[in-house]
Amino acid sequence: MTILKNRLFWPAAILVVLLVINAFTSNQFVTVRDGHLFGSLIDILRGSAPLVLVALGMTLVIATGGIDLSVGSVMAISGAVACLLISDLGNQNSVGSVLLIMLVAIGVSLLAGLWNGTLVAIIGIQPIIATLILMVAGRGIAQLITDGQIINVQSGPYATIATGFFLALPVAFLIAVAAVVLITLLTRRTALGLLLESVGGSPTASRLAGIRAKRITVMVYVVSGGFAGLAGLIYSANIKSADSIAAGNLIELDAILAVVIGGTALIGGRFSIAGTVLGAVLIQALGVTVVAIGVPSDATLLFKAVVVVALCLSQSPEFRAKVFGRFKPKPVVRAEATA
Amino acid sequence: MMTTVDVTPETGGKKGSPVNPRSRVYRPNAKYIPILATLALLVIMYSAGVANYENFGQPSVIVNLFRDNAVLLVVTVGMTFVILTGGIDLSVGAVISMTTTLTATLLQGGWPPLVVLVLVLLLGSLLGAGQGAVIHFFKVEPFIATLAGLFLARGIALFINQASIPIRDETWKAISEYRIPLADGVVTKPVALVAIAAVLIAAAVLAWTRFGRNVYAIGGSADSALLMGLPVGRTRIAVYTLSGFCAALGGVLFSINSTSGWALQGNGLELDAIAACVIGGVLLTGGSGYVFGALLGVLVTGLIQTIIIFQGDLNAAWTRIIVGVLLFAFIVLQRLVTRKVK
Repeated sequence: MTILKNRLFWPAAILVVLLVINAFTSNQFVTVRDGHLFGSLIDILRGSAPLVLVALGMTLVIATGGIDLSVGSVMAISGAVACLLISDLGNQNSVGSVLLIMLVAIGVSLLAGLWNGTLVAIIGIQPIIATLILMVAGRGIAQLITDGQIINVQSGPYATIATGFFLALPVAFLIAVAAVVLITLLTRRTALGLLLESVGGSPTASRLAGIRAKRITVMVYVVSGGFAGLAGLIYSANIKSADSIAAGNLIELDAILAVVIGGTALIGGRFSIAGTVLGAVLIQALGVTVVAIGVPSDATLLFKAVVVVALCLSQSPEFRAKVFGRFKPKPVVRAEATA
Repeated sequence: MMTTVDVTPETGGKKGSPVNPRSRVYRPNAKYIPILATLALLVIMYSAGVANYENFGQPSVIVNLFRDNAVLLVVTVGMTFVILTGGIDLSVGAVISMTTTLTATLLQGGWPPLVVLVLVLLLGSLLGAGQGAVIHFFKVEPFIATLAGLFLARGIALFINQASIPIRDETWKAISEYRIPLADGVVTKPVALVAIAAVLIAAAVLAWTRFGRNVYAIGGSADSALLMGLPVGRTRIAVYTLSGFCAALGGVLFSINSTSGWALQGNGLELDAIAACVIGGVLLTGGSGYVFGALLGVLVTGLIQTIIIFQGDLNAAWTRIIVGVLLFAFIVLQRLVTRKVK
């Protein structure tokens, strides 16, 4: 019974069901081809890398009680910067220059995060509004960078971060795993995670307790921006071009959804990295499975809606009390139900 | 607590005129500063347009502003109610998609226009009511509940048809082609009148009805409102229902304007509506703001677009950036104002 009560039980169960459906419907679930793993499971892992990265940053932001709507726009900016610089290169296959350009693009994304963090922590604007500014303006900036065009690049090293393989595993997946491990170590093996939750619980109380709340708040937005930039690089490397309109479109909503599915409350104060990763992979697996069973990919949204409603309701204490409460012995003093 | 007199919007169409004659000092009431700033900006932008471009001063520029932004205006009215209660509705753009697709499909199938109209408006309201119920009864955050609504509505739209569907219905075409002469050479469309009617009705409801007072009270503090015995749940669900209705109405206007239905129509409109509310001085924390402010917010974004069209050589990307910069300016301004009040 205790395992049933775990917040991650239902998301995990749904993910397993999706994977089982996949294993039966797709021709190749996991096989080895050309020396690396191949199949729909690997597709899911590879495809979920950008969402995992973005959702990871979002988890930290939400842990401090904030929200970051600008991640999709930051993805577009980072992809635009990288593709513009790479297309100007004399030799697009030079590993050193491509790496340098990627660092520049991530640097720009970190600056975008710094802007968000400054608005939220220093000026004191509500996070949803503060990041809405960059969400609206950012795509315009990306369009200006690419001059409204879709910039195509033919760079081998750049494409590697999305489609390449290392040790039989997709590079994009390995990047996401590295990020997850890094953040998990930072937040769970140091006091940082505790500090984040404390700021999310009450910024004022944590400041009075001697925690530099403002600095931590700025930091999480910077981290979120950086991860969004990295995700933008993977996205644009995957399609080998910068598309300032489609890149990261609505990914902020998917990322928030992944965080919520993972059991992190939007009010902040606690977070679960494992839950977020599970949520992100679940969302990706849902998309892949719906296509695999022969439903047009556009109907994915309908399935997504059903899963969101089901998961959110199953996580709502009020819903559980109202629906399942009647099977339990009633407490002596009845709680106010209509409040 | 706000009384009905206090919440009466006094900043109507009179451009730049001093507001709130009861205040003894020259400084306007702090709660009107954001709306006055928007009004001042609107006047400055308009004057700059008249000074720089030929034909900008013609009345049709202003009249067309209402025609071109009718959909956004109607949606923003609904959004204003939701934001005033401290909530947010992300589903409006998707409800527009659903409405236009459904309208076009049903009309193509030969359904009577009136039945289609009533049906889609009802469906939009129903979706809104469902979201409100989930938010109220199960304490799901408005952000998440309406996000689910977004997925659902857009999913239905894409499920019905992914291509653009033309509307050949006579009634729809007749309304679309009908022109209302205002003065010689100046005409407007019925959609603009619907939008203006929506704004006026909403302003009256917020200012003078019990429902409007409850909306402000919930936005101020839902707990206090509950303790005062106000019907918090009923009001909250009604507000989301209203927003769903407005979104569906916006979708109908969209389908009349373009005589077609498309599942990607209205994509991202929810953020435009939220931005318009913020520019117009509606506080996202709830409890403060006016429908006329939201109207000014829509007009500001509309005027930016008009100027960009008149300029001709400006990249469309600049629209987004300028809207972002304005958003920033207004939020900082609001922040300063609210800090002073507290």
